[in-house]
Amino acid sequence: MASFKPTKIHVYPKLGEKVTQDTLYWKNYKAPIQIKQFGAVSNVAFSPVAPYNFAVTAFTRIHIYGPFSQEPIKSFTRFKDTAYSGRFRSDGQLLVAGCEDSVVRLFDVGGKTALRMFKGHTKAVHLTDFTSDRYQIVTGSDDYSCRLWDIPNATELNTYREHTDYIRCGVTSKLNRDLFITGSYDHTVKLFDVRTDKSVMTMDHEQPVESLLLYPSEGLLVSAGGRFVKVWDLLKQGQPLVSLRNHHKTVTCLCLSKNGERLLSASLDRHVKVYNTTNYKVVHNFDYPASILSLALAPYDESIVVGMTNSVLSIKHKKSPSESKDSTSQQRRRPSYRMFVKGKNYIPKQDDFLVGKQVKEHLAKHDKQLKKFNVSKALDTALESWTRRRKPEVTVAVIKELNRRGTLKNALAGRDEQELSRILNFLIGNLVDARFTLVLVTPAEMILDIYRSIIGQSPVIDRQLLRLHELLERELDYQRELLEVLGMLDTLFASSLPRNAVECSGISGLVLRFVEREQCSETEIYQ
Amino acid sequence: MVEHADIRVVHRGGSKINFRAPVISDDSRLLLCASGECVKVYSTSTEECVHHLRAHTDVVTGVVLRPSNHLQVYSCSMDGTIRLWDFTDAILIKTYVIGQPIYSIYASAQHNGMFHLVAVHLQQSTEQLVEARELSVVISHVSSNPAAIAFGRAGEYLASTKGLQLEVFFLKKQKSNRFSLKEENKKGRKNTFSCVTCHPTDDCIATGHEDGQIRLWRNFSHKKEYTYSTLHWHHTTVGSLCFTPEGTNLLSGGVESVLVQWRYNQDTQRDFLPRLGAAITHVTVSPDGTLFTTTHSDNSKSCYTLTAQALLICLYCSRESIETDLLIDPRSKALVMNGKPGHLQFYSLQRDKLMYNLDIVQQEYIYQSDLQQFEVVKAAFNSSGNWLATVEREQKDAELELNLKLWAFDDQTQSFVLNTTISAPHENRITALCFSPATDSQTTTVLVSSSKDGHFKAWQLTYLQYEGPCWSCDFVGAYHGLVPSCCCFSADGSLLAVSFQEVVTVWSSASWELLTTLSQPPGDIRDLCFGQLSCSKYLLGTSTSNLLLCWNLLTCSCKITAPLLMYTSLPTFAVIAASFSSLLSVFVFKPSEPRPIFSQKAVCSGKVMRAVFAPREEMLESCEESSQWLNRCQLYFLSQHMDLMTFTTKAEEDKLMDSSKQLVIDDTVAMTPFHLLLGKRRKEREDSARPYTAGLPMSLTHVSSPSQLLQTPAHVLPSTSYLCSMFVRSLLISVTDNRSVTQYSYSTNTHSSAFTGFILHGSTSVPK
Repeated sequence: MASFKPTKIHVYPKLGEKVTQDTLYWKNYKAPIQIKQFGAVSNVAFSPVAPYNFAVTAFTRIHIYGPFSQEPIKSFTRFKDTAYSGRFRSDGQLLVAGCEDSVVRLFDVGGKTALRMFKGHTKAVHLTDFTSDRYQIVTGSDDYSCRLWDIPNATELNTYREHTDYIRCGVTSKLNRDLFITGSYDHTVKLFDVRTDKSVMTMDHEQPVESLLLYPSEGLLVSAGGRFVKVWDLLKQGQPLVSLRNHHKTVTCLCLSKNGERLLSASLDRHVKVYNTTNYKVVHNFDYPASILSLALAPYDESIVVGMTNSVLSIKHKKSPSESKDSTSQQRRRPSYRMFVKGKNYIPKQDDFLVGKQVKEHLAKHDKQLKKFNVSKALDTALESWTRRRKPEVTVAVIKELNRRGTLKNALAGRDEQELSRILNFLIGNLVDARFTLVLVTPAEMILDIYRSIIGQSPVIDRQLLRLHELLERELDYQRELLEVLGMLDTLFASSLPRNAVECSGISGLVLRFVEREQCSETEIYQ
Repeated sequence: MVEHADIRVVHRGGSKINFRAPVISDDSRLLLCASGECVKVYSTSTEECVHHLRAHTDVVTGVVLRPSNHLQVYSCSMDGTIRLWDFTDAILIKTYVIGQPIYSIYASAQHNGMFHLVAVHLQQSTEQLVEARELSVVISHVSSNPAAIAFGRAGEYLASTKGLQLEVFFLKKQKSNRFSLKEENKKGRKNTFSCVTCHPTDDCIATGHEDGQIRLWRNFSHKKEYTYSTLHWHHTTVGSLCFTPEGTNLLSGGVESVLVQWRYNQDTQRDFLPRLGAAITHVTVSPDGTLFTTTHSDNSKSCYTLTAQALLICLYCSRESIETDLLIDPRSKALVMNGKPGHLQFYSLQRDKLMYNLDIVQQEYIYQSDLQQFEVVKAAFNSSGNWLATVEREQKDAELELNLKLWAFDDQTQSFVLNTTISAPHENRITALCFSPATDSQTTTVLVSSSKDGHFKAWQLTYLQYEGPCWSCDFVGAYHGLVPSCCCFSADGSLLAVSFQEVVTVWSSASWELLTTLSQPPGDIRDLCFGQLSCSKYLLGTSTSNLLLCWNLLTCSCKITAPLLMYTSLPTFAVIAASFSSLLSVFVFKPSEPRPIFSQKAVCSGKVMRAVFAPREEMLESCEESSQWLNRCQLYFLSQHMDLMTFTTKAEEDKLMDSSKQLVIDDTVAMTPFHLLLGKRRKEREDSARPYTAGLPMSLTHVSSPSQLLQTPAHVLPSTSYLCSMFVRSLLISVTDNRSVTQYSYSTNTHSSAFTGFILHGSTSVPK
């Protein structure tokens, strides 16, 4: 006498990304804190010293936020027009910012009014930065010039007019006080040496340059512009190393993770991509609700701060180690190990008569009914609201089992309005799910067969049937479109791979699978 | 073609045991069942086959205990004889020749000194009664089904059913009463009788019907005033009915595979024993009523007592064809084929016993006759036995559901564990499945499946970082939209041959490139295999136009085309291809030679269903040219009657005879309370007696002189040969262990020095 075998619940493969070390690392952040700003957030900069405050430049203000506060601990509001590029000095005491009114302002982080005003540019200043000796400021402006200023006496030291378009980004060397790099809309990136009057290196990015980043070793330079992120080797006279094209809109901001192992790029396409800096493959991806203008990573990756065009600042803090183990600590405390081994290691003596403990088989509710051949009740238990919503695969498995036994029709027949509408609800929810479609088509057809005569008697059922009808119509349209796409792709692949018929069929299978997956995600989105 | 006298076809097990109802001996220790041409005697406690009663020349159709002597049994056969056996010692006592095929036999206990026999001959439809050697017809027009006739209380009457008629024949009055039912009653049920049994102490006949009803007939001695009551639980035909010896319970079984126990005269009380494995064909109760035996359509037998149960299975055979083919598990060397529905059975060839069933489908089996269920249709092992691939199929109207499952061998549990399930691996039926032979551990194992949808797919083992190994599709191949029929890897795993109708394509397994195509029209390719060892350059195939084809892959030329009526061709362990022709002849070829090296005609009666080469445990050393092919492997084949046969040489047979003389487990002493008391005491006594002999080597090693041993009376000593080897060994140990002691003994004791001298000279004779 064999025991009853429970209904097999099919385990469906999870769609979406695979779990890697990187996904685990980058998913280990809390839900984002969103702070509304007065305008698009154009720049976010972290203070390099301890509490790691950060300056957020948005519209005519610069706010300084502490690492955990949601209210700004400091605000600089003395701008006549839109402020740009608020950056900290390496000691965290001073802050410099450009402005649409072409005046560069220098603030004391503790004070309120500007310590110095550097006037000389004729148009908006988008780039401001301190040199590594902390006494000079580099600025770049829309008047195609970049200038070097002396902080103590607020004088202009030098002017470079080599760019032929707006200068929108730049970076100063942290190791050498004489070097700084600027990127411009004339597609070039230029490296300047203060000791000479001219640029010493020019790199062609081929797109308007939006952002620049130096590696901590300063041997490599990363530039972003258009859809491209390019890496240059400065030690080899600015030789291009890699060109990355992973965004489908302009890349606006770049940043490095704590030890330089990962590079992050933010784009107007609302994504932040994380690259591995050894092979420059995308290892992770963040989605944001709006186009991203600025991105900054706190030291030690403690938080990710992103500023968007919809004037929202999004801050994600890293989970503390205790919180990341949250799920385990929340579990009920189990009895100790000693409890479990109690009596288990007892060795029976020779004369002992051993009475084995009967293992009670545990069956799920629907299995209990199936064991007794109560088909309608089995379907009822499988359609209980919790199962139906949380574990549709269980309901589908029971329907499949009933169909296998040839008793699905009996189980579906003879139901009142309420029960029938519950079944129809489930069908409407899951019929177009690619994983369940094959199974659920049969009960849908059976319901139509069984209850054909009562159509028109109940408004609830009629409405649901109409919805089902609409759903199927739309699904058919989807399928038609997808087949069209498939046909197009097949012709493309056929023309690019003229070798033999065998390989093509393999690829079309692959494409089909891809399309199926897309279809799944599309239906999910649709729902 | 040469016939070889020293190679014979021998029966190796299998065979049906569910053909007729089994018989349980009076003491419930032995179970006798008709199995092919012999009667097998099983022990109910150990499940071992104790004896084979062999003498009949055709299928045995009935076994019945001799009423006057419970240690003897009658068996009848289609060859027209009835034989009387002593089944405890397997001795043939008497043979009665009837001269006509006998379909069943019945005996009545009340007719002393004679036995009643009902023999049914189909042509004449007569029933014959034999007393000694005289025949007389009792009832004519009876059914050939043995369940359709039963002896009534104290052998006074005989109940026989056929179609819609129940006939009760009173032996004393020599008259019969007939009762017939209407063809179909109101609800359109079928009333045809399926089985009949009589109450042992009461005048009551129970009949089973095709609509699942059981009728209890009473008062049938009157033609008009008979009555019957109905019991209904079964939803289809009642397969078997049986009263317990006291008549308190009625047992019934059918397709539902539920044993139902009805209380006699209390119709509402029923007990069930559900999920017995397969449709019940016979139910028997032992004469003392403690043991029930159910026989199932899948060739298994179960014995149930009130608490425990034992299962006796020869070789599961539920279906007509074995879809998975015969396979050999490389690890356990067991024969693997379809078993219970949705299972694979592992069958030990050495012991003719089922090892275990592996549940492939893992679904509750619904016992319903017209229901399509998942069936295991293909299976394949990889060369090391670590992986098992199975395909299960469910055909429901137009829908086809396929599952490809891959099982990994788990060393801890010593069984296969499901690793990957691929639902719908192909769009149509899978025609072939094969693993690449793993040449070393570096190369990943590849599974190739070919399907009627025109593609073949290669599945590769991939290692996921967090989930362990699993299988995924690596390559999909096709050839001009033709349907692939079979596939095969070369011995080193570098080449894959896939046949597409009449074309054989050869692919490189490393790059999945099409290397060459071979074809030899007319006729589609039916089987494919590569040669092995020295013949690895040959690719062999059979085609539907009855040709055996052999391609040399180095020259890509077709070498042999032997016009033979092929039935099947098989790859071999060594360098041989064997083929069965439709004339039931076996030919064994070496791929490099055009002439067969062995052939034998008419290997068995009926069709050969499947065949397989099994590697031998130990190689034979036969120098004869003709039997060399049997040195490394054995060819097993399965006949239509589920008999497993093989070829053996004479030398091997002799060896087997010697080893088969081993003792059968002794279970002659019943486990009574007395045995528990006395047996224990006897055992203790044995134990207390044993230290004397068992302690001998101990005492010898320490006793300096063996004179002590020699002084003990001779009748309490064990045999001299036993003592001698022990004695000599004890001396050897003392020499190596402690030199000073031996030197001492050497100088003082002349006896021991004499013994050492003997050992050094290698002499085997020992002075007494």
